[in-house]
Amino acid sequence: MSSVNLGMPGTRVAYGSGNLYEETPFPEHARSELENKQMRANIGHATHTIRTKRGRVVGELPDWQDLRDAGSAIKKEVGARLPELLEQFEANVTARGGVVHWARDAAEANGIITDLVRAKGVDEVIKVKSMATQEIGMNEHLEAQGITAHETDLAELIVQLAEDKPSHILVPAIHKNRDEIREIFSRRMPGAGAELTNEPAVLAEAARSYLREKFLDTTVAISGANFGIAETGTLTVVESEGNGRMCLTLPKTLITVMGIEKLLPRFADLEVFTQLLPRSSTGERMNPYTSMWTGVTEDDGPEEFHVILLDNGRSAVLGDPDGRSALHCIRCSACLNVCPVYEHAGGHAYGSTYPGPIGAILSPQLTGVAAEQNNSLPYASSLCGRCYEVCPVKIDIPSILVHLRDEDIRTKHGQRDDQASAQRATVLEARAAEAEASGAPVEPAEHPADFKKKRVPSEMDLLMKAAGTVMSSGTRMGLAERALPVGRGALKPFGGLKWLPGMVGGWTQERDIPVPPSQSFRNWWQKNGANAEQRVERDLGQTHLPQADGAPGPTPSLAAGIEEHAAWGAEAQAVYHLRAQRPDPEGQDTKSSEVNSTGEEPA
Amino acid sequence: MSQTDAKATILARIGHALRDEPAAPEVPRNYRRTSSLNHDDVVEMLEDRLTDYKANVYRETTETLPGRLRELLGDASTVVPDGVPDTWLPEGIEPVRDVNDSGSVLSARELDALGAVVTASTVSCAETGTIFLNSRPDEGRRALSLVPDHHVCVVPLDTVVELIPEAFERINHADPITMISGPSATSDIELERVEGVHGPRRLDVVLLG
Ligand code: SF4
Repeated sequence: MSSVNLGMPGTRVAYGSGNLYEETPFPEHARSELENKQMRANIGHATHTIRTKRGRVVGELPDWQDLRDAGSAIKKEVGARLPELLEQFEANVTARGGVVHWARDAAEANGIITDLVRAKGVDEVIKVKSMATQEIGMNEHLEAQGITAHETDLAELIVQLAEDKPSHILVPAIHKNRDEIREIFSRRMPGAGAELTNEPAVLAEAARSYLREKFLDTTVAISGANFGIAETGTLTVVESEGNGRMCLTLPKTLITVMGIEKLLPRFADLEVFTQLLPRSSTGERMNPYTSMWTGVTEDDGPEEFHVILLDNGRSAVLGDPDGRSALHCIRCSACLNVCPVYEHAGGHAYGSTYPGPIGAILSPQLTGVAAEQNNSLPYASSLCGRCYEVCPVKIDIPSILVHLRDEDIRTKHGQRDDQASAQRATVLEARAAEAEASGAPVEPAEHPADFKKKRVPSEMDLLMKAAGTVMSSGTRMGLAERALPVGRGALKPFGGLKWLPGMVGGWTQERDIPVPPSQSFRNWWQKNGANAEQRVERDLGQTHLPQADGAPGPTPSLAAGIEEHAAWGAEAQAVYHLRAQRPDPEGQDTKSSEVNSTGEEPA
Repeated sequence: MSQTDAKATILARIGHALRDEPAAPEVPRNYRRTSSLNHDDVVEMLEDRLTDYKANVYRETTETLPGRLRELLGDASTVVPDGVPDTWLPEGIEPVRDVNDSGSVLSARELDALGAVVTASTVSCAETGTIFLNSRPDEGRRALSLVPDHHVCVVPLDTVVELIPEAFERINHADPITMISGPSATSDIELERVEGVHGPRRLDVVLLG
């Protein structure tokens, strides 16, 4: 783990390592994923289905916005009081017979897990789906140490047997159809016969019998945690299938890996999050099973309980006041399901464990945006704002994206050299350490140090070209729909407010829009697009925008071509930068009253 | 480096990250915390939600309960936690208790050989259709309501509340908690919902009162 000295003795910023990197810059990866028709069709079907369900159950609660406000405030409180809450949590887990471990990074967490499993003298463990263990690359690490970690969640099992990667936080195997799953099971699952049909019920039954034996015989389980309660030391796992309950209850030893940001101060805070999470995630009123346990209970569940508190870059995220709210994420995946870029590019394009809008802000922050594997991620968005509206803890993803783009640009201009070299070194060191642990040769990757230097803002150019492919093939998204949100992001710095106001502040209200108004917006734009210049003029006033190298300036019509959109991206940076040097105009409201607040056609 | 180092390092990093000393906000709790419905409506809501999850719901009194259990359990070998009152059980059914020949609790394999389990419950939330088990003597340890494929859960009417915050008020966090909202399910294959994966595939809820 490398770190950068910030001029205070002993205080260092340390970035995360593990499965947090794109292997290919997002635009290139997205382009190749676009060719995967199955992936696109399945992801489209999944995201649309889940978001319709979500809309329905969220609409049922009259106090949804109150719950979001509470959830957001609680998470903010956690960030502010983190050291104290961690100490409290540790004391309470310990008092109840649990053992607390601290892991600075992925390698340390993997080392602790390996030692604990070895101490039990076993070479097989069962595990519950967990983002944290995926982030640290635990399965791969254990495998290199001769320990098999059996995934027990159906989708994770499919992905594991297929030697594939998850494509969605919630439904990781959504890119596989039933025929493929049947084929994978009959080939790779011991005991699954050739008589297996492609009926989901039959496939689920096959997984049930295969895993039942593992549940009954395996003595060590590994889980993540959705929430950890500081006040009581209680841990929570939210699930559907019962595999979580099996892993948490039957084995003799339980090892839970939890990011340090997963704490909640009080047990009563669960009354907020157990309402926010299932409705946002699966679109259910409640998920079938939620388990909570505190330390060790005599004659009920594991005799030995370990919890590993994982930093792996989280403290670095916390250190950025403009980006730290990314740590509020409860991994519900609602933002994935509404994201037009995710829908078209698919989960694999993001490379990291965390896909979609949350991945676009979290991965680059965990690794540092200067880790060049991730510096194209903040561009993987059209800044349309839907992710913010559905986020149960109100993470302002679009604002953080704009902020990270600015960081990226400043890095490329050499204004953040210290951080940049530390972040790059983190990548190199983590790779070397992992390679050493697994006995594999160090990958002679061109990145990060020799990664080709890109022309500013080349990611934006590339993304927009990839987006062009999306548009020409999908024809679902009009050119204008893309231009506008980028423009709105660009206007952010002039609002003195968050990103919402701007040219069409009301296009997406801080309210739910179950169905994105793409069609109606396109109509709106056809009528009003020609006035874009005037609106920009009015909002930006006489501000002179410095031009990025080689980027063309604004053209009379924003919808004139994709290249211009790239230019808008460059301007967003320029404007943001400029803005940073000026005081905020207090309370200035840039919300345009002429614009119909929903973008819908007037009735 | 040692664990003490790791903890100290992480706390120092966090301390440094918070050098701008962000304030912890007051948490606004304007969401609903007490029900405004009458109790009959709340019970009806619970029944509706549970049915929606594909649980079977029955309404019984203390008199009719044993008959219903006989019908639901058939001749399945049924494990019953010690705290379940004998008056619930139909005559002639010999429940399996959670203790084996060597005097310890049943092993996972022993539980796996059983057909059903009957438990009570601590509190149920109507709005979400959620039954809370809190490891009391009449609910048993967690494995009991997990391993057998058929769970018959008795919900006394006076334990039914409308809202999640009302339910959490009745929960003791010191003991293990299982929140159950229908039988186990997966939608992992093409989003097609399949009821019953690893948890009990059949959930019968008896509303008692
Ligand atoms: S960022 Fe918000 S919407 Fe996205 S996964 Fe996290 S909590 Fe859910």
